[in-house]
Amino acid sequence: MEKRTITCIECPIGCSITVSFDGANVTNLEGNTCQRGALYAKNEIICPRRVITTTVKTTDGRMMAVKTDRPIKKSQTFEIMQKIRTIITEPKNIGEVVLENVSEDINLVSAQDLDF
Amino acid sequence: MNYDLVIIGGGPAGLAAAVSAFDAGVKNLLIIEREKRLGGILNQCIHNGFGLTRFKESLTGPEYAYRFIKQVKQRNIPVFTDTTVLSLTPEKQITAINSQNGVFTINAKAVILAMGARERAKGALNIPGSRPAGIYSAGTAQKYVNVMGYMPGKEIVILGSGDIGLIMARRMTLEGAKVKAVCEIMPYSSGLKRNIEQCLNDFNIPLYLSHTITKIEGKDRVTGVEISKVDENRLPIAGTEIHFDCDTILFSVGLIPENELTKGAGVLLAPDTKGAVVNENRQTSVQGIFACGNVLHVHDLVDFVSEEAELTGRAVYEYLTNDKTVRDNINVQKGANVSYVIPQMIDKNTKNNVKLFFRVKKEMKNPTVKIVSGGKVVYERKKKSVAPGEMENVILKVDNLKGLEQEIVVRVED
Repeated sequence: MEKRTITCIECPIGCSITVSFDGANVTNLEGNTCQRGALYAKNEIICPRRVITTTVKTTDGRMMAVKTDRPIKKSQTFEIMQKIRTIITEPKNIGEVVLENVSEDINLVSAQDLDF
Repeated sequence: MNYDLVIIGGGPAGLAAAVSAFDAGVKNLLIIEREKRLGGILNQCIHNGFGLTRFKESLTGPEYAYRFIKQVKQRNIPVFTDTTVLSLTPEKQITAINSQNGVFTINAKAVILAMGARERAKGALNIPGSRPAGIYSAGTAQKYVNVMGYMPGKEIVILGSGDIGLIMARRMTLEGAKVKAVCEIMPYSSGLKRNIEQCLNDFNIPLYLSHTITKIEGKDRVTGVEISKVDENRLPIAGTEIHFDCDTILFSVGLIPENELTKGAGVLLAPDTKGAVVNENRQTSVQGIFACGNVLHVHDLVDFVSEEAELTGRAVYEYLTNDKTVRDNINVQKGANVSYVIPQMIDKNTKNNVKLFFRVKKEMKNPTVKIVSGGKVVYERKKKSVAPGEMENVILKVDNLKGLEQEIVVRVED
């Protein structure tokens, strides 16, 4: 049995959550104030994930904000950033897919409507 | 040009104020924005985490701005972009300039100041050493990377652990730079805990608390910095120097409300917030001039900015339709361990509950927030913890305000 204290990143409160676990089996959680926090803390033990937010170049020479539509594996952050860095795209509306399947069927989508 | 309401600034505060004023009934209004597009600083804040309270989802800055810009467009609220306001008089005459109309004047019955804040500059910090290239404020670097697509450097040291500094530590790292250290003169970070976690710890970026930069090295370009530990008076301790090779230094040392126009209009400013002194409607000392958002006090969450701006928009409608010049104000003061309180005045006859926003001076565990007037305790509640980086709020019920004669004091006790 191991114990680890995790700072939750789900909201600005930043709860300190103590997780007891045995391998990938989480046996106890203490300190979370909501269910999102519980899920986050469990995932931190099993497989930490993060949403990537970054920018891509547009064909007309601007920078457009993009994000992954779901959290990717934290361990793949730099590998996925490498992939994103090569993209040059037409400007897109918010939510439109910029690159399909950056990993595990997770898409990179526009997070900025440059002409709005 | 004549308008019932002119809003100076088209960032989150100006946008939310415009929509709420319009919906309350102010139809003859105008937003003036200095940049080419609406959205203000949100356009360069491409990270997520915005809007959790309001929209129950984690939006990026541009996505958050989009939701408000859409509402402004749906209402056909007129906007002048690329237009700079040069001055504002106490009579609410605005002089502005843009490349289409040249210099022009606008007369307004009411004005909402929503100009936001700017970064405190390095010049205010007195750091010894030469003045090479490679020194940026964190927000400038953010604009370079996120809007213009330039990387300001490869090896970075950041001074200041406020949220912008932390966010930029991660941003530069994702773009391939090496962030060698974030140093913070205080014994705690003023940034959110989640940003320490996801921006520093995720990338093993060390945070040096109670440290400051004591030397900047390099002649033409930064070649390194020396940081030192500081004592309880924030003075560097000899012998604790640590050297880092780096080509870039980012300063993230706080925001200052941008109040040049406010001063010109004769509005009374508060030394603690560096913003206007306001009542519960966010009306300043000059009748018909209101202020909301970061120009009033620096917020840590945009949802609070939007909320404050909406309150202000509705209050302007009240002001324009039901001008009550006689007010019976009671002062609100900061007490023990409190660094500021907004609003600084409350009308005793207010019909609404009043939300007080305040910041504490130091980190405290299990403190009690107390609001007193004369000998009477109006509000008392225990909190889990408070920190200077996190704005607190308390709702004062109308019923609790009734009959109060002496100033209201907010204090936080151990």
